[in-house]
Amino acid sequence: MNNVVVLPILIPVLTGIVLILVRSLTWLRIIGVASLLINIGVTAYLISQIDATGIQVLELGGWSAPFGIVLVADMFAALLVVTANVTAVICLLFASRTIGEKRERFYFHSFYQFLIAGVCGSFLTGDIFNLFVFFEVMLISSYALIVLGATKQQLRESIKYMLVNMLSSVFFVVSVGFLYGAVGTLNMADLSLRIAEMGQGGLLNIIALMFLFVFGLKAGLFLFFWLPGSYSAPPAAVSAIFAALLTKVGIYALIRTFTLIFYQDPDFTHELLGWMAGATIVLGTIGAVGAKNVKGILVYNVVASVGFIIFGLAAFTEGALQGVVYYLLHDIVIKALLFLLGGAFLIAAGTGRLRSTGEWIRTYPLLGWLLFATAFAVAGVPPLSGFLGKLLILEGGLRAGEYVLVGIALLSSLLLLYSIIRWFMEGFWKPRPEGAPAGGETRVVRSLLMPCVLLLAISAALGLGAEGLAGFVDQAAHTMAEPSVYISAVLGE
Amino acid sequence: MELLVAILIGVLFMIGTYLILTRRLLRIILGTVLLSHGAHLLLMTTAGLKRGAPPLLGEEAAAYTDPLPQALILTSIVISFGVTSFILVLAYRTYKQLGTDDMEQLRRQEDE
Repeated sequence: MNNVVVLPILIPVLTGIVLILVRSLTWLRIIGVASLLINIGVTAYLISQIDATGIQVLELGGWSAPFGIVLVADMFAALLVVTANVTAVICLLFASRTIGEKRERFYFHSFYQFLIAGVCGSFLTGDIFNLFVFFEVMLISSYALIVLGATKQQLRESIKYMLVNMLSSVFFVVSVGFLYGAVGTLNMADLSLRIAEMGQGGLLNIIALMFLFVFGLKAGLFLFFWLPGSYSAPPAAVSAIFAALLTKVGIYALIRTFTLIFYQDPDFTHELLGWMAGATIVLGTIGAVGAKNVKGILVYNVVASVGFIIFGLAAFTEGALQGVVYYLLHDIVIKALLFLLGGAFLIAAGTGRLRSTGEWIRTYPLLGWLLFATAFAVAGVPPLSGFLGKLLILEGGLRAGEYVLVGIALLSSLLLLYSIIRWFMEGFWKPRPEGAPAGGETRVVRSLLMPCVLLLAISAALGLGAEGLAGFVDQAAHTMAEPSVYISAVLGE
Repeated sequence: MELLVAILIGVLFMIGTYLILTRRLLRIILGTVLLSHGAHLLLMTTAGLKRGAPPLLGEEAAAYTDPLPQALILTSIVISFGVTSFILVLAYRTYKQLGTDDMEQLRRQEDE
């Protein structure tokens, strides 16, 4: 029993409620940032506890494990929570400069806190129906954030985004119903134990596929048709936090279910995951290379990286899982950075169409070189953060004998680098064409660069400090590779 | 009894799917409502319909009904109620702003 586990969920919820009552813009921003900073501190303390005494469990309401709902903070979840909060703070700094007073007055900050609460809850819960509830907390806040401002494009895309997610929620409930009918429990540790006893036969494989469909839809794994439209509709700060966190929660759910619950029949489930990941990488890369618009490049980069992380899960060796943890942390930071740079560029150049921009390196050299460095971080060039994760995932893939998929992943890294460099060349170096729109105010754009520099610094720190991080990542991957560690921590046997 | 409910769930899913595949926004929303009703009934049926006394302490009975699915349904109903009311408002606003509720015309136009 450890009450600290609930704090990363409780702090944003309470702050969100308080922020509904606050009128002053300055206080809205200060309280919002302060809440996330406190959250980072609490989670860091939680990580030190996990490091010292193992997985921390909180039985809500005092009901013991398989009967009541538990919150479980293992190293993987805690690392994700802390990275999510760090990224959220920086996106909030960017948001308060760009999102506009009207949106801020209409409860942007409250929805933002509720979104973070939903994300942290999804990471920390140990009960599969509770996971559904936290998914919904996160989604309902995201519905509000995506439509806030109500421009025509936002309205059109929000309707589609909501319908897709409502449908997948229905399937989530149905899958939970089937799982409960088949196994008779909803606690993840207990599920793992009972499925190991009864064997993962045909019925459970079908249920596993239903979960794959539900989480795949949320993560944008192969079923990403809804993602490009929805992620390019809202303002930059909102789409940055969506790209950084929402798809990652889907990925986390996939990883949790397919390492802890449905891991008995990897020849079937993980093989399928591997091919879905391969298809996602290929389609995402094609989209990124073919995009004529900055937003197109951004969203298809998200899609491709989802495929890459799930490829690590499909390889399913402890080394590959370590790579997944590294890469997931890196991807949260770097996707937020990419979207923030995109947002700053849109304001600077006045348009996202690559054809009608150019020569911005004269006005904004720092923005240009930040983009250049980010391109290398995305491709995984050391010393930036993507390198180690990529290396471990590819090594795991080779060990698992997935040579075709490793080839696809390597080629796609190169092409993704090309897609961003093309934005760099056309947006910053090419002579500006006739009739290009006038850019935004220089002072405004320069003030946006501070959050981007912070994120790039974090990315470099993740890359250079990989040695110090290794101990934590090893623990996280070990828990995933050995479900018995998780089970004995929760059920205490 | 379970069989009848199972058929009812099937019918709800069938009509819901049909409505979702149409072009009018309102019909699609009604479709998702029917689908979520089907899902809730399914949750109730998976644990078996009434198998015994109410699950209360101190009541002498040989068998108790499983209370968990009902708790799950309650949670799920509240969520789908909230989300449905939100999307109804959103659909109305979209209709006012864009002047159409036809999904074909709500497609994305390139390069905005």
